[in-house]
Amino acid sequence: MEVESSGLVRFENVGMRYGRGPEVLRDVNFHLEAGSFHFLTGASGAGKSSLLKLLYLAHRPSRGIVTLFGQDLTAAGRAALPGLRRRIGVVFQDFRLIAHLSAFDNVALPLRILGLREEAVQAQVAELLAWVGLGDHLAARPATLSGGEQQRVAIARAVIGRPQLLLADEPTGNVDPDLAQRLMHLFLELNRLGTTIVIATHDEHLVAGTGRPVLRLAGGELRLLPLPHEAR
Amino acid sequence: MLARRSDLQLEGDAAGRFLPWVIAVMVFLAALALAGGLGLGKALAGWDQSLKGSLTAQIVDAGGTPAPEKVQAALVLLSGTPGVEMARALDRHAVEALLEPWLGQANLTPDLPIPTLIEVRLEPGASLSTAALARRLEAAVPGARLDDDRTWLAPLIHLTEALRALAAGIVVLVGLATIAMVIFATRAGLAVHREVIAVLHLIGAHDGYIARQFQSHTLWLALKGGLPGLAAAALVLLALRGLGGGMQAALLPPVTLGTGAIAALVLVPLVAALLAVLTARFTVLGTLRQMP
Repeated sequence: MEVESSGLVRFENVGMRYGRGPEVLRDVNFHLEAGSFHFLTGASGAGKSSLLKLLYLAHRPSRGIVTLFGQDLTAAGRAALPGLRRRIGVVFQDFRLIAHLSAFDNVALPLRILGLREEAVQAQVAELLAWVGLGDHLAARPATLSGGEQQRVAIARAVIGRPQLLLADEPTGNVDPDLAQRLMHLFLELNRLGTTIVIATHDEHLVAGTGRPVLRLAGGELRLLPLPHEAR
Repeated sequence: MLARRSDLQLEGDAAGRFLPWVIAVMVFLAALALAGGLGLGKALAGWDQSLKGSLTAQIVDAGGTPAPEKVQAALVLLSGTPGVEMARALDRHAVEALLEPWLGQANLTPDLPIPTLIEVRLEPGASLSTAALARRLEAAVPGARLDDDRTWLAPLIHLTEALRALAAGIVVLVGLATIAMVIFATRAGLAVHREVIAVLHLIGAHDGYIARQFQSHTLWLALKGGLPGLAAAALVLLALRGLGGGMQAALLPPVTLGTGAIAALVLVPLVAALLAVLTARFTVLGTLRQMP
């Protein structure tokens, strides 16, 4: 996919490697417009997680230019990263909930890091956890929650700060089909409210069901698949 | 500097369990060394003040108490010497009071031959040759001798100054050891909580947010160790004071602590806590700076 405008995210000839190993991403070019919704697919080891790491700023590209929210990351210092990360919500594949914190405190973290008053934190977190169906699990530690409940806590933490960009790595991988469908509705609703969304998934049914554009990674290279109606 | 709650659960760290003990010992040692140094400094100033410009003449007579004429002649000579502010003979009671700690009350019999002592005070800044004055006195009054108090005090002053330097060195070493231990404990904490710190970073936490949690925890540990350490040092100092009280000030003015020194001792755990907090902060910031 060629770059045509600046967009919310822009990759130009991006390559990435871990240490001195081989490139896991090669000459990746794409851009995401604000408010877009994309799936990111590919076989295991194709580089989906690596691409997400670049997007949520856990890793720097080894070459090429990444522009996020109009800011060139190759020129951005380390001090600029927290401000950018606060505009990104991430649902990790393994959730990465903090084990000793309650569901409430896990979801409250982004707001507390932002320095919000505790009254505002209490109100927003309680409301969001109720919205994802965990209103009666506020004090529960992650270990006492089911996989699906942990998934919802992770999603709530990712969206509580109203990010401009939401990244989700296999967000329906640990839940039953019914819950997967409900989570997809949640993502679509967030997208409708203006959040740009990228979902990495293996779930072909999930991808087919929404009719959203798909970025496919294969052998470290990225291409945009045609939409079903375009393919016909 | 203080965070109200901890996202990292640092309370459970093994390193956190030994840090209060280490800081207690460090504060204990630092407080004792500081008390020693400040006490000796005060004593040194007192000795210097009381002995600076003072001489003692003694007139010995083999037959017993020296003849008043000899004492008078010595007083005239000493008083008339340029640079001498005052010369006064101590009466027998005053001399006996000086000898009593050494000889005991029972041995101070009336027939004991006791020399007459003359206290000589020099004018401030007087450039008087005590050796020349001693020679003149011995020539004019047989059996007279002039002692410069500074002569026997000099080695003691040098020893005291060396002990003060040693005390200062101990305080510095204790401070450095405290810094090293806090660095070790903080790095251990950073390693243990690496995963959670990574998550905090990814959801937008500044390094300062994470550092504040370590600072808050370290402050608590430092006070938890430092205050008992100071209390233990205070008990030891009180015990030493009780032991030293029996010696009296027969030889020299006593070694005591002034209000300023006591205030400085109270500050020791607070300074240790501040040192620990700053060390924790800079260790966290320095380590996190190397993360992506």
